[in-house]
Amino acid sequence: MSYDFRDTAAFHGVMVFCEQRQGKLMPTDFELVSEARKLANDLGNNTEVIALVLGDDCTGMPHELAGYGADKVIVCEDARLKDYTTDAYTQVICNVVYEYKPEIILIGATNIGRDLAPRCAARLHTGLTADCTSLNVDMGKYMDFLRENSTMDLTKGKWDFEDKGLKMTRPAFGGHLMATIICPRFRPQMSTVRPGVMKKAEFDEAKAAAVKVEKFNVVLDDAELKTKVLEVVKEAKKMVDLIGADVIVAVGQGISSNPEEGVRLAQELADTLGGVLGASRAVVDSGWVTADHQVGQTGKTVHPKLYIALGISGAIQHKAGMQDSENIIAINKNAEAPIFEVATYGIVGDLFTLLPMMIDAAKEAKK
Amino acid sequence: MKIIVCVKQVPDTSGKVAVKDDGTLDRASMATITNPDDMNALEAALALKDQNPEIKVIVVSMGPFTAAGMLHECLAMGADEAVLISGREFGGSDTFATSQIIAAGINHIGVEEGDLVFCGRQAIDGDTAQVGPQIGEKLHLPQISYVADIKLEGNTVTCKRMLEDGYMTVQVQTPCLLTCIKELNTPRYMSVKGIMEFDTKPYTVLGYNDLKDDPLIEADTIGLKGSPTNVFKSFTPPQKGACKMLDGSGKETVDELFGIMTHKHII
Repeated sequence: MSYDFRDTAAFHGVMVFCEQRQGKLMPTDFELVSEARKLANDLGNNTEVIALVLGDDCTGMPHELAGYGADKVIVCEDARLKDYTTDAYTQVICNVVYEYKPEIILIGATNIGRDLAPRCAARLHTGLTADCTSLNVDMGKYMDFLRENSTMDLTKGKWDFEDKGLKMTRPAFGGHLMATIICPRFRPQMSTVRPGVMKKAEFDEAKAAAVKVEKFNVVLDDAELKTKVLEVVKEAKKMVDLIGADVIVAVGQGISSNPEEGVRLAQELADTLGGVLGASRAVVDSGWVTADHQVGQTGKTVHPKLYIALGISGAIQHKAGMQDSENIIAINKNAEAPIFEVATYGIVGDLFTLLPMMIDAAKEAKK
Repeated sequence: MKIIVCVKQVPDTSGKVAVKDDGTLDRASMATITNPDDMNALEAALALKDQNPEIKVIVVSMGPFTAAGMLHECLAMGADEAVLISGREFGGSDTFATSQIIAAGINHIGVEEGDLVFCGRQAIDGDTAQVGPQIGEKLHLPQISYVADIKLEGNTVTCKRMLEDGYMTVQVQTPCLLTCIKELNTPRYMSVKGIMEFDTKPYTVLGYNDLKDDPLIEADTIGLKGSPTNVFKSFTPPQKGACKMLDGSGKETVDELFGIMTHKHII
């Protein structure tokens, strides 16, 4: 079996590494398989979506993955693959790649994916792009993406519409800059993708029933298994992690007519969106929420993907602490509130009226 | 025994970020700092040295000569030696290229039986978290990333490795590579004694000619041209501050907002 990372024409198919923890697939696996389906369709020539699962017992997983668009599921089962270790997973995945030669590999940018992907890419001698938020193979669709998400003048420069290379777009410098990365010389083209970014497809029961499963013969070199997992501990989500949060729902003095209800509703919206509750200094000083929720105090600068400011007027310290957020939604009764200066979208209105509707809409969107 | 700590000088993205007209970062106009996670990696090494003064701590960085200031600070905090890997040939390297150059530099220093290599989890300019694991792969060292606690007993390293929904306790033998997160510790300040003495400590610069014969260096996969990945386009997202005010304040407005957010993959 020959394998040459420079022989770009020898690689076919879109592979997704599907992570499981404690025998359960991660939500991001379904997003990535759905995205891989779109890419494979754009590549044409009946390009296959190949899902890859590793574990000690992967029963039922192929059915789920096929329902979101996988044509084929490669199952690697071995007691030594039960819990993730860099050593064992890297060995098995590289062996699968040597045999299947996929042109694209997608891996969820979880704490595990971000450990595994660079190790595999280095061993496979190819490039890797981290934390992508948009992927395109079709140049026309890539230009549509730029039209919506950049200020670039697309009439300038040459655009090669034959180019089916993977165009991997990611934010850099806290979202101040976006970069589209390509990997033209080597294969596979590898990308980790931010969880929650790609849209999950509708589950297709017929496709799930037609799943092709291929059991991969797992061969592990025990001498190369150097890390040992002593225990895996599941913990409830940390109380407040504003700095690491992807979504922050923050409340300001606008809740003062009924602080308890305001905090409760904002917390519910945050929970629904998988985010955390933030607060302005005024709210913390009034004792409505604890100080660990405060945004804008010295040293607590946040840059989530989404920041929802509810009834926050936008004092300078507060704005300094959150204006680097990628998307800011501001809701305030006062149309002149300074918060709108840094917002992406604004609604002038009463947060007590709007919040219950937002919670419903968020629940609907997260279905 | 020694601990090699990889550090990077980065633009301070918490301040104002300057972007040039061509969409690239105007690094010259921005203040620089030592990458925060790398400070936790250095602190972890110095804390182990506090317990065992036999341990030698060597800081390694790849970057321009202006990174000297950062390395001096590391020495003033208590590191024993500093190595700067610098060369025009290395400029514009992606993570694959960077990791082979740093790995070659670490090879030059030498990794022995009881040694450790510490990195920060990720640098705030690129946020990739790729260079640490890739150095591990090139050096054929086992790795533990996202480390929030380290116990060293003889040649056995036991770490608390953070996951989104909890943690793992992982054990490995030296030599190995760890990537550190801020939960691990609080970095110390430079000491007065350290500031007085930093320029008496060994400071080495390794250039292309010092490393080019290392088997890890592939001449055609370093620098801007050789890197496996290239920037195809870079651009600024549409200006913030151009706030789009949505009409109304009822259910239709909320639905419009969530429609936009879903469409743009914000949620």
